[in-house]
Amino acid sequence: MKFGIHPLLLVTFFPLVGLLVILFLKTQQKQAIRWTALATSLITFGISLWVLAQFQTGTPGIQLELRQPWLRLDGLSIDFYMGVDGLSILMVLLTTLLTPIAILSAWSAVEERVKGFMIFFLLLEVGMTGVFLALDLVLFYVFWEFTLIPMYFLIGIWGGERRIYAAVKFFLFTMAGSLLMLLAILVIGFQTGTFAWSDLVAQREIFANLQIWLFLAFGLAFAIKVPMFPLHTWLPDAHVEAPTAGSVILAGVLLKMGAYGFLRFNLPLFPEATVKLAPYIAILAIIGIIYGAAVSLAQKDMKKLVAYSSVSHLGFVVLGIFALTTQSVAGGVLQMVNHGLSTGALFLIVGMLYERRHTREMSAFGGIWKVVPVMGALMLVVTLSSMGLPGLNGFVGEFTILLGTFGSTVLGSPWFAGVATLGVILAAVYLLVMFEKVFLGPLKVEANLLLKDLSLREILTLVPLLILIFWIGLYPQPFFNLINPSVENLVSLVSSALLAAH
Amino acid sequence: MTLADFNSILPIITVLLWALLLLIADLWIPQSRKGVTALLAALGLAAGIGLSLAQVGQSALTFKGMIMLDSFAVFLNIIYLFSGILAIGLSFDYLKRMGIERGEYYVLMMFSIAGMMLLSQAYNLIVVFLAIEFLSIPLYILAGFARPRLDSEEASLKYFLLGTFSSGFLLYGIALIFGATKTIALTGILASLNGGETNLTLFVAGAAMMLVGFGFKVAAVPFHEWAPDVYQGSPTPVSGFMAVSVKAAGFAVLLRIFLTAFPSLSAQLVPVVWGIAALTMIVGNLLAINQTNLKRLLAYSSIAHAGYLMMAFVSASNPQQTGSAVASMLYYLVAYGLTTFGAWAVVVSLEQAEGKGLELEDYAGVGQKYPWLGVAMLVFMLSLSGIPLTIGFWGKFFLFRTTVQAGFTELALIGLLTSLISVYYYLRVVVYMFMRSGEPRVRRDSWLSLVAVGAALAVVLLSVLPSRLLEIAAQAVLRLQ
Repeated sequence: MKFGIHPLLLVTFFPLVGLLVILFLKTQQKQAIRWTALATSLITFGISLWVLAQFQTGTPGIQLELRQPWLRLDGLSIDFYMGVDGLSILMVLLTTLLTPIAILSAWSAVEERVKGFMIFFLLLEVGMTGVFLALDLVLFYVFWEFTLIPMYFLIGIWGGERRIYAAVKFFLFTMAGSLLMLLAILVIGFQTGTFAWSDLVAQREIFANLQIWLFLAFGLAFAIKVPMFPLHTWLPDAHVEAPTAGSVILAGVLLKMGAYGFLRFNLPLFPEATVKLAPYIAILAIIGIIYGAAVSLAQKDMKKLVAYSSVSHLGFVVLGIFALTTQSVAGGVLQMVNHGLSTGALFLIVGMLYERRHTREMSAFGGIWKVVPVMGALMLVVTLSSMGLPGLNGFVGEFTILLGTFGSTVLGSPWFAGVATLGVILAAVYLLVMFEKVFLGPLKVEANLLLKDLSLREILTLVPLLILIFWIGLYPQPFFNLINPSVENLVSLVSSALLAAH
Repeated sequence: MTLADFNSILPIITVLLWALLLLIADLWIPQSRKGVTALLAALGLAAGIGLSLAQVGQSALTFKGMIMLDSFAVFLNIIYLFSGILAIGLSFDYLKRMGIERGEYYVLMMFSIAGMMLLSQAYNLIVVFLAIEFLSIPLYILAGFARPRLDSEEASLKYFLLGTFSSGFLLYGIALIFGATKTIALTGILASLNGGETNLTLFVAGAAMMLVGFGFKVAAVPFHEWAPDVYQGSPTPVSGFMAVSVKAAGFAVLLRIFLTAFPSLSAQLVPVVWGIAALTMIVGNLLAINQTNLKRLLAYSSIAHAGYLMMAFVSASNPQQTGSAVASMLYYLVAYGLTTFGAWAVVVSLEQAEGKGLELEDYAGVGQKYPWLGVAMLVFMLSLSGIPLTIGFWGKFFLFRTTVQAGFTELALIGLLTSLISVYYYLRVVVYMFMRSGEPRVRRDSWLSLVAVGAALAVVLLSVLPSRLLEIAAQAVLRLQ
């Protein structure tokens, strides 16, 4: 309790300090605005490391709890309730890491209305961190909905040609899911008289008879966010139109909010429904894996390709979650981080190419390795990481997921893992094809001769991601140590429901 | 008249007398200094708020059972008075700009507010009727205040014709109820119903007619047709005032009569009110989608919000939830009122003479050129659609919660899905303001900005600490005899 402020409060709301400073800067002081935003987000990252230092590995429960009554009235009890555990700690770190990187990537890409851009970015960071830390359903909902607003503006103002369409679609899709979730939250609150996560886990028998419906209402909100097939159609639009920094955050963090929601709420609150519905969700996840990969194969636009590959990769995460073994769930959590790192980096590089040539068509490039060797080398590492080459992060996550899924008793069939493995092969195809078309072969387009290689700033945005890509790939144990206790706890909770059902 | 009688209507008398004196005093205020009239009117309303605050916690049935003073009435009276002050804030510059600056304007507004206050305290059907007329007649005039602009005159005439038509329904309903129960006092009606000496056929017919009459006042579907035209034609501050206060007054009296005097009936009326609520939410939101004129858009939005408020009326039929239904309705009224006034303030700032500057295209680029105004409007739009970190979210949250608890989950579902529709058209305003470029022309007036920015701040700050206001609303439940 340094400074008298709870660390979780500090990590969530610190970006507001920078926001206030930016408000007092003049619109023309672009450089000062950028530096303030960057400094704020870096300090926030520092605070999140401080939270990590206080985090006790090996404890499965909620740590650093902060619980204050927020609203108490005639049977209504809403808490300002935050806490962190193995499921959320990495998500918070991912958020606070990707935000400064995204801000740095927008350094020269965003020249118009810099002030608004940075304000929305910092607001977005507050919302995202809040989502991962909130443990009261109402507080969670508030943060969850709140993240929509800044992202909506980031796409709608700084996006590409069809930005307004994409922004509105993004908003309405997410809103449609979350309204049903709100109804489910109200029903739960009515039946138990509380919205606090830990109380609800303890009292889940009270709403057990409704749990299929509640599961579906929560699940719809999360499935849209992940996004799972067939609710994914907003994602390619949003990604293609969003500015690079927005795409990085969208893929890196916002999608994870959906998967995290499954882990945090669906599994522990509705375990019987989870067990019952897991095979169906796993089938959707596998369709998503194959479908996303197949559509990626057909893309000519690099950003679209990466966007559809997200559908495929997130399919693995959901498959891991609903295979309901310790291994698969832990792999799923790690894969969430991995996807944030690799896809974030892919979007960054695609954005750098776009900034140079104002096109993302693969046919406009080809053989540019010779001109931009540094970019080519980095892109190769990131591509290999995304397709799951052993020794890099993607392999660790996907392998653990598939291993866990293979032995899953809930799914009860090795076919799930078998078919999902096809997705890994397809990923190798479409990613390598992209790499080949853009970087290898003869230099076809003359304009590419003048391409500049990466600047120091651009390398700086990629290096932290690359370090983590190697670190997780070569020595993932510290990450699993953070994740595992909470995952074991969660899985044993769900499997006790499985035993009770028999 | 005893002292208790006098005390129970002291704020009403004050506002009325003040208005009458102001009407005379205005004759000596030169045309160039009409701001003085506005200021004096606002002071009168502020005095009314002060006196109403002194009544907090009191409870009395006065004038031989015709007037009720309870915390419900006091809460509403403060809403009316406050909305009057906000409306004056919107009007001052607008009237000058549109060349319709006349002192009667403020006086008429005060009269109408006095009528609303009387309505919230009425405990006798004839007093209810008188109060409704008392609040409506000044509004008919105010709607046509922008004469000789044609659409203002049209609005006035439409409002007048449909208003009197609905008053006819109301009066006929009262007559039938008198026939059925031999009394027009709410206490007497309740006693007669409990005593079992009522002609129920007559009574139900009467209650249904009263429901139609009030349905017109609050612009619930299918009695909403007048609202868009009237809101569009009336001087904009008057539209804002009507959208907030008249709606609040209509719902207040609806709750008062149906919950106090017809409690046994309200259960039988549930399917009807359920239908009206659902229909109002669906139709109001659907019709708003295609609107490009901001005044019409806000008019349809106010119809849709009448549907949400009706939900509270449905939940109130569950005896266990009556208290929380009333509280959540009052809370919603405050949330809606504050937000709506803010939104109308923005509309007033952009409106040009001859009804120009009201189309969505005229809002292009506002967010860029006038960030504070843009952000304020953003806050209002988010609040109206019920997105968190605005007071509108809590309004919907409490309302839907009560509805779920009272066992009307399907209605809550309809409410949620229609609010998804509403997100679309509210966001359209935001799209124009922030995502399209244009050369907006904005009127800068400090009172207008004060209302807009103040309301926006209140909408956000009250959402961070929602409990205090809800506590107050919860204490303001009806005194059931």
